Amino acid sequence: MVIKVYVPRDSSALSLGADRTAKAIVAEAQKRGITIELIRNGSRGLFWLEPFVEVATSKGRVAYAPVQPKDVVSLFDADFLNGGAHALNLGLTEELEWLKKQQRLTFARVGITDPVSLEDYLAHDGYKGLQNALKLSGVEIVKTVTDSGLRGRGGAAFPTGIKWNTVLACKADQKYIVCNADEGDSGTYSDRMIMEDDPFVLIEGMTIAGVAVGATQGYIYLRSEYPHALKVLNEAIAKAEKAGYLGDKICGSSHTFNLEVRRAAGAYICGEETSLLESLEGKRGQVRFKPPLPAIEGLFGKPTVVNNVISLATVPIILDKGAQYYADYGMGRSRGTLPIQLAGNIKHGGLVELAFGATLRELLYDFGGGSATGKPIRAVQVGGPLGAFLPESQFDTPLDYEAFTNIWAVLGHGGIVAFDDTVDMAKMARYAFEFCAIESCGKCTPCRIGSTRGVEVIDKIIAGTDRVKNIKLVRDLSDTMLNGSLCALGGMTPYPVLSAMNHFPEDFEAVKS
Amino acid sequence: MFVVTALTSQELAKIESHIAAHKNMPGALMPLLHAIQDDIGWISEEAYLPISKALALSVAEVHGVVTFYHHFHRHPVGKHVLQVCRAESCQAMGSEKLEAHIKQTLGIDYHETTKDGAVTLLPVYCLGNCACSPAVMMDDEVYGRVDAAKVAELISEARNA
Repeated sequence: MVIKVYVPRDSSALSLGADRTAKAIVAEAQKRGITIELIRNGSRGLFWLEPFVEVATSKGRVAYAPVQPKDVVSLFDADFLNGGAHALNLGLTEELEWLKKQQRLTFARVGITDPVSLEDYLAHDGYKGLQNALKLSGVEIVKTVTDSGLRGRGGAAFPTGIKWNTVLACKADQKYIVCNADEGDSGTYSDRMIMEDDPFVLIEGMTIAGVAVGATQGYIYLRSEYPHALKVLNEAIAKAEKAGYLGDKICGSSHTFNLEVRRAAGAYICGEETSLLESLEGKRGQVRFKPPLPAIEGLFGKPTVVNNVISLATVPIILDKGAQYYADYGMGRSRGTLPIQLAGNIKHGGLVELAFGATLRELLYDFGGGSATGKPIRAVQVGGPLGAFLPESQFDTPLDYEAFTNIWAVLGHGGIVAFDDTVDMAKMARYAFEFCAIESCGKCTPCRIGSTRGVEVIDKIIAGTDRVKNIKLVRDLSDTMLNGSLCALGGMTPYPVLSAMNHFPEDFEAVKS
Repeated sequence: MFVVTALTSQELAKIESHIAAHKNMPGALMPLLHAIQDDIGWISEEAYLPISKALALSVAEVHGVVTFYHHFHRHPVGKHVLQVCRAESCQAMGSEKLEAHIKQTLGIDYHETTKDGAVTLLPVYCLGNCACSPAVMMDDEVYGRVDAAKVAELISEARNA
């Protein structure tokens, strides 16, 4: 039997040399006259251990990591193809604590399968959700999604089923499903992982959405910073079309669903759903006034479901295993699981999917292992550049939408960026304003002007000019932006700014050298 | 508007063929601009008029879209484009020092191209490689846990490629 060797093709694995490792393994096998089957799987999400190589043995997949080209000869010498002992041998992948402690529902296949193999997808419960959906009416599919408690994973946490129901109720000659894959928040990469590592689950989720609400055309609006995801998605879409999972009469049903990837062009604001729609229409990505809601008048003026990648990629398992199965995970009104992304100054960075309810501290220390630099973690920013900075005293907050709202913070898209004690919070507050100024679409004044004035005032505080007066001015300005901005960019930039000032006032008091 | 670099007749022909291939798509402008930039490397103002005619837009509207998006280059870029992540996760891992080091090594600031035309340097706000910060992207390849040695390797490869 030919031995299967897995080397991930995920961008983060590639960024640490996975291609070179794969080449070295193939070359060494050839040199020794051994036939192996190299599979470029997705990443298991233990990014501090990439390139994460696995070998299929009779006992299961054995992990060797991190493997650099220089390690390859010694791995062959140690008979790693049969799970042999080696300093890099981590044992059976399934037995790794870091993975065993997780509850992977949306990420069930990620890292296990070959992302562009439809056969592999089908062999791992793929398209079971769609098969079930095709037996149901649109109303029944929407009810299942509503009953699961799934809320928008892009950050706004709006109930997915309710959004779908609005589109379902609209009468129109054309409806659209739009996937928001403009994952611009720093500290987040779960959308990228789904698209690169299990693209069929997103395609299936969008197809179910189309069947549910009666939409025949879908668009994935993909950020231009993700060229690998673009290739994988296009390859997977072509395979799904060929096998009858996309196109006319999908799976022999009466439903039509076509899917196309559209590239964004590096504007953070296009992650906001109305500016995303403007961009898809070929315009400047400027935010629209609401109402009308996109669900009623969205893309090209037609009823449109706009959902994040993770929301859509979670739909297949809900339709496969049932609303209750998913809703049984979680706490309070946050049902199901959240794919959490550990980032920044963290020792064990990676993808942790857990039911809502785990605390930040568990994530940062039990999974994250503390900071990468070994210094104390002084602050974490949760939910991207518009999320609040949290001090150590708030690390026991459970990951739950309402618990975060209660401490004037946001869970957002589930990204957690850790900073050690060398962080200068006045600088971080300045950066929040600077980022808002760079990315503002310019439509509303509080965001367009306020962000630039914010940078100027923080610069004065940092320089020690009229500090008390200027701190008050930043608070006034933040109040205007919070209440007067058209969308979350201007409206939430005060979160990182004010949380930095509130929790770390000492960084705004003294002149630093 | 003053056009700095005139397009060759081959480049103008390429633009015409991209226009023909895209003009009937719904929301054609963005895919069209991508196709032009992928092919020619940048989007010249000379392309505005033919685009505007084909898509029934004003030249001002085309200009408005091109200038709105950071990704579209309005001037020719170097043989390679190096994007350095400036976002929070990379900041937490020392990207400010890395940025300064890269600028010094290349002898240019952001939005500039080295004299030999090898590298154009751009800031970027997140590459989705946040568990492996700091990150940079050379053309379409992302690199993680980037240090001075990796920068030297990437720049040397770019200059010799």
